[in-house]
Amino acid sequence: MRWFWLTFFTVCPIAAVVLCVVAPGLDWWFPGEAGSPLGERIDSLFYLILYIVTGTFIGTQIAMVYVLWKSSKKDDERAWYSHGSHNLEVIWTIVPAGILLFIALYQMDVWAEFRVLSKFPKEARKAPVAEVMARQFEWRIRYPEPGRTLQIQQQPTDLYAVNELIVPAAKPVMIYLKTQDVQHSFFLPELRVKQDAVPGQIIPVWFEATKPGEYVLVCAELCGWGHYKMGARVVALAEEQFEAAMEKLAEEQSDDGFADAGESDDE
Amino acid sequence: MSVADPVSHDAHDDAHGHGHEQSFISKYVFSTDHKVIGIQFLVTTLLMLMVGGALALGVRWQLAFPWESMPLVGRLLFSGEGGQISPEFYTMLFTMHATVMIFLVIIPILAGAFGNFLIPLMIGADDMAFPVLNMLSYWFMWPAIVCFFASFFCAGNGAAAGWTSYPVLSALPQAAPASGMAQNWWLIGVTLVGVSSMMGSVNYMTTIINMRAPGMTLFRMPLTIWAMFITAILQAFALPVLTAAGFMLVADRLLGTCFFIPAGLVVNNADPTVGGGQPLLWQHLFWFYSHPAVYIMLLPAMGMVSDMLANVARKPLFGYKPMVYSMAAIAGLGFIVWGHHMFTSGMNPALGMTFMTSTMMIALPSAIKTFNWIGTIWGGKIEFNTVTLNSVAFVSMFVVGGLSGIFMAAVPVDIYIHDTYFIVAHFHYVLFGATLFGVFGAIFFWYPKMFGRKMNEGLGRAHFFFTFLGANGTFFPMHLLGVAGMPRRYADPYLHPYLEHFLPMNQFMTYSAIMMGCAQFLLLFNFAYSMFYGEKVGRNPWKANGLEWTAPSPPGHGNFDVLPVCYRGPYEYSSPLVEEDFLLQTEYLPPPDKAEPVKEPEHA
Repeated sequence: MRWFWLTFFTVCPIAAVVLCVVAPGLDWWFPGEAGSPLGERIDSLFYLILYIVTGTFIGTQIAMVYVLWKSSKKDDERAWYSHGSHNLEVIWTIVPAGILLFIALYQMDVWAEFRVLSKFPKEARKAPVAEVMARQFEWRIRYPEPGRTLQIQQQPTDLYAVNELIVPAAKPVMIYLKTQDVQHSFFLPELRVKQDAVPGQIIPVWFEATKPGEYVLVCAELCGWGHYKMGARVVALAEEQFEAAMEKLAEEQSDDGFADAGESDDE
Repeated sequence: MSVADPVSHDAHDDAHGHGHEQSFISKYVFSTDHKVIGIQFLVTTLLMLMVGGALALGVRWQLAFPWESMPLVGRLLFSGEGGQISPEFYTMLFTMHATVMIFLVIIPILAGAFGNFLIPLMIGADDMAFPVLNMLSYWFMWPAIVCFFASFFCAGNGAAAGWTSYPVLSALPQAAPASGMAQNWWLIGVTLVGVSSMMGSVNYMTTIINMRAPGMTLFRMPLTIWAMFITAILQAFALPVLTAAGFMLVADRLLGTCFFIPAGLVVNNADPTVGGGQPLLWQHLFWFYSHPAVYIMLLPAMGMVSDMLANVARKPLFGYKPMVYSMAAIAGLGFIVWGHHMFTSGMNPALGMTFMTSTMMIALPSAIKTFNWIGTIWGGKIEFNTVTLNSVAFVSMFVVGGLSGIFMAAVPVDIYIHDTYFIVAHFHYVLFGATLFGVFGAIFFWYPKMFGRKMNEGLGRAHFFFTFLGANGTFFPMHLLGVAGMPRRYADPYLHPYLEHFLPMNQFMTYSAIMMGCAQFLLLFNFAYSMFYGEKVGRNPWKANGLEWTAPSPPGHGNFDVLPVCYRGPYEYSSPLVEEDFLLQTEYLPPPDKAEPVKEPEHA
């Protein structure tokens, strides 16, 4: 029985580590490389913690199995009568404290860049591209008319879309995030962005899609029965295409359905 | 009063013990005996564990076989939908799973069951300080259970805002139309559980402070008692906040106040809301309770595992005082880390940094405890019985849960990880992996004291084996789902292309969960079977040191036939002073020549 349990407590942690090692190869890992510069930094922080944590995990499990192995083979001997070791306590207090403090301090500036408004990239802060308003269970987008800047208040010239947010690629963009009803959360897995939309608040969020393409937008805060289906997409376009898309949207929206505007013969 | 001769108190104690004959009802139902109340809590919570597990299997079924008709129960429960789980029902399932597991299993099984049973026995008291209050604390759990079940069954649908019940979803009936009345019942239920915990909490504090046996100084208390004491303090300080917040939310729902509802929301095409509430207020108040509550759900298990590990290793606990101090540190820091549940909530970013630092620091006492547990086994003399296995599993899984917490404590990483399955993995490793394995070990360890018989070893090991594999098979892959960005609380994650390929993994997890669920029948069977057919044991089957092992098994009313007097700490295993490898706390050893005389205890 002794060997069975020793093997058991050895094999389980090994299996866990092996699973984590093979997971990226099996596509059981991040949804692609981070698609934004800030996302890349978040990923590298994730890996930093992952290495520290994996080392600690392996270390503690080896120690555990070792002490189990040693202490389960005593036959007549008595256990070691010891109440502990002051030196060891000091060591294993100070070392983890140092590591944890290092992790905490090392993360500060990425957080500041993501969330502290004064640290946002200036160009993004100047001209928010859109307002994203979540509601049960869709995302409503409001753009300013091309050439104007987005106002907090709705403008008659504003352009609207649902479940598709078009942004320029390769430059930081800022949106205003709000909700019409309950709390939602604006989650772009590929860009590593998440921000709750809180009722009664307008929260500025910035991100940058490095490459043009389509990115998933989902809701990450329980918002009712349809929470799971609140999927949408962020479409990042190259600068000129973005402007063209905005023009097209403006045209579509001002189109009253007649072929030639201004030639109406209504009374 | 002579301390060296405790036997002289025999007569006094006996008289106290058998004062009058009791009727069945007052002996087993409305009993004021802490042991009966403890066992009542234990049996109730074990049954609730099965209920909560069944709800979890419902959730797992939907994730493995989305929209497929459930075998057997599907036809009964949702014949309207052709046996399918509807998305509304799915939200109710996970809300109820969390509610049952947290409020009706983990908290009451630790504080209610083991706290009640062990505190007076371990400190050498004949009962709790307030026996009637103690009885009420058990019986106040029943209205709570009724409210939760009323919310789930009678109202035709359940509370569906998650166990965190964030407003505005939980504050406006039109936001979750299917759970109108149910949400009110749910909130009243939470308040009632709070009343029950609070009664227990004041009782534990008073009992531990005032009713310790002669010689039982604070630093001679077993870690279980320290943990219960610290837990009681946590509850006493944190619970009122939740209760107040609960009442505010009920008022928002029923009386038209708007503590949590801001103006101008158009929910489900109803008229815009008026008022000037703030939904983040709820999150602050809720987590101000619920983060300390996480430690309420963990510390007692830590204490019990410390006691069990020292016993099975036949060795004094490694670093007793550091263990006590780190529990106190966890409790203290536990009050200033609640904001880490709200990193993405839009609160002031400066708070994010503050809470990250305090959260990182709370990992430190946990690390110290882990090293001390390993140190306790180090150089010991151990046997792989069920208690050992469960205690080792506790440490091992607590390491995983603790380490995965570091990812979330780091704010930038949490931006991505928050509200994904990574969180789900983390807290299941702590609550199931650590706490429940600690509880399983504790059930095996103290069962002989409860019923005078041992539980079956073979069944116990089989239960451990399948539970451990099932738990890891269910919860470990959740880390990967989290890294892949799968959000929590999705009825059908495969709707989103980037998650489609995780269906097989979810199916594997569901099979593991089913295995784990079935394994719990082994525990229940063992529990019931051993009550009648288990091996009969004497007072001290584990050769342990604590005061509880000097009482008869099971102890009669009034607990001790000999008033215990405590001469030393509880972990004097393999002491060179005696022949055996254990040394009871009550055993008087004549002082060696030069030692000081034993101090007269202050209160007796």
